[in-house]
Amino acid sequence: MPQELNYLKETPSQTAGPYVHIGLAPGAAGFDIYKQELGWDIAGPNAKGERIRVEGVVVDGTGSPVKDVLLEAWQANSEGVFAHPEDSRDVENGFRGWGRVITDFETGEWGFDTVKPGASPARGGTLAAPHINLWVVARGINVGLNTRLYFDDEPEANAKDAVLNLIEWEKRRATLIAKRSERDGKVLYRFDIKIQGEDETVFFDI
Amino acid sequence: MKPAEFYQRDREWHPPALTPDYKTSVSRSPQYALISLQGSPSEITGPVFGQNDIDPVDNDLIKNYAQPGEGPIGERIILHGRVLDENGRPVPGTLVELWQANAGGRYRHKKDTYLAPIDLNFGGCGRTLTDENGYYYFRTVKPGAYPWRNWVNSWRPAHIHMSIFGSGFAQRLITQCYFEGDPLIHKCPIVNTIPDPDAIDQLIARLDMNATIPLDSIAYKFDIVLRGRRSTLFENRLEGN
Repeated sequence: MPQELNYLKETPSQTAGPYVHIGLAPGAAGFDIYKQELGWDIAGPNAKGERIRVEGVVVDGTGSPVKDVLLEAWQANSEGVFAHPEDSRDVENGFRGWGRVITDFETGEWGFDTVKPGASPARGGTLAAPHINLWVVARGINVGLNTRLYFDDEPEANAKDAVLNLIEWEKRRATLIAKRSERDGKVLYRFDIKIQGEDETVFFDI
Repeated sequence: MKPAEFYQRDREWHPPALTPDYKTSVSRSPQYALISLQGSPSEITGPVFGQNDIDPVDNDLIKNYAQPGEGPIGERIILHGRVLDENGRPVPGTLVELWQANAGGRYRHKKDTYLAPIDLNFGGCGRTLTDENGYYYFRTVKPGAYPWRNWVNSWRPAHIHMSIFGSGFAQRLITQCYFEGDPLIHKCPIVNTIPDPDAIDQLIARLDMNATIPLDSIAYKFDIVLRGRRSTLFENRLEGN
């Protein structure tokens, strides 16, 4: 018998199920229990950079909106700095870079307000195009799905982004590009996620 | 930023996306393969939480939604354990959140229409930070089994949903904790999305008599393992290194 390696195994994932909201976003689900809910304010009041809103819907393999999704976002600030001790640079006071939202129970639409991230460090001393990391959990999803939102007004940075270029099917890269518009003078990016089927969003094993 | 990556996730230990006996997964599973990424700062970093984010009572589900002087009905339990990484090292200061049904299997959620009643003194969610040894504990009532529309007669085993962060976004995990000896566990299509029986065993909390408080609460122990991390890296030239 060869030796044992003696590593522990990662705890296996299970679906978040239909009632994830009461656990992770009770206030958003209309349930008043905590004094302070986590994840409502990604950027905080002091963040520099362009204020943006991101909106979308998650669609299943039948083309129907998934109305019981919870999404989490993780992003750098406008200068590409992550609010984390391993990033040696500072972020603005109150900038957390993390947020979570749930879909509207009737329409399946979700959205969050934040600042547009800057280019952040990537592997090999290169820079990643501005992006927001997204994690999608819901009933029927056994392991949370990781994807990235990029911006359609960053074509040059996107063309050089190492992660986008890993996707050998160029057509599929488009599923990660949010579309910019304006509404009532506010910058809006639309990012629909298709879990399955035609134009299926690219998901990552990170 | 120091270069260090998490060990790759063993996708044969976790459930696959498509598990047809769990019917909702059929239309909610990607058909294309995942694109594999090596760790970069986007994945290695993640949100940081502190004591200011939560209240001390948040980990006590016996109290955190009860009317003054009252409490929920059900089997009083302590759920405790450690959050470790695959190297067996504690994960300190990390956020652990949980949610569950009440003793009758009913969730306090407007979409839950099961005929078992709401408990006026039970909310069903809690959160805490692990201490410097990676230790956490909650006080709650043991949840009841409940029926769900999968097969005609499907019942979830008693379970508590748990959400854990770790130190990097790549460690983000949601799972479910089951209870030792529950005969519904191995009948459940959600449990059985996990192919390896040893992996299923890892989700079953053990009755822990040593942590039980006599004449007060029964205890269950549930350790959680997050992805481990290499201390050296084969590619040694990340930005800032």
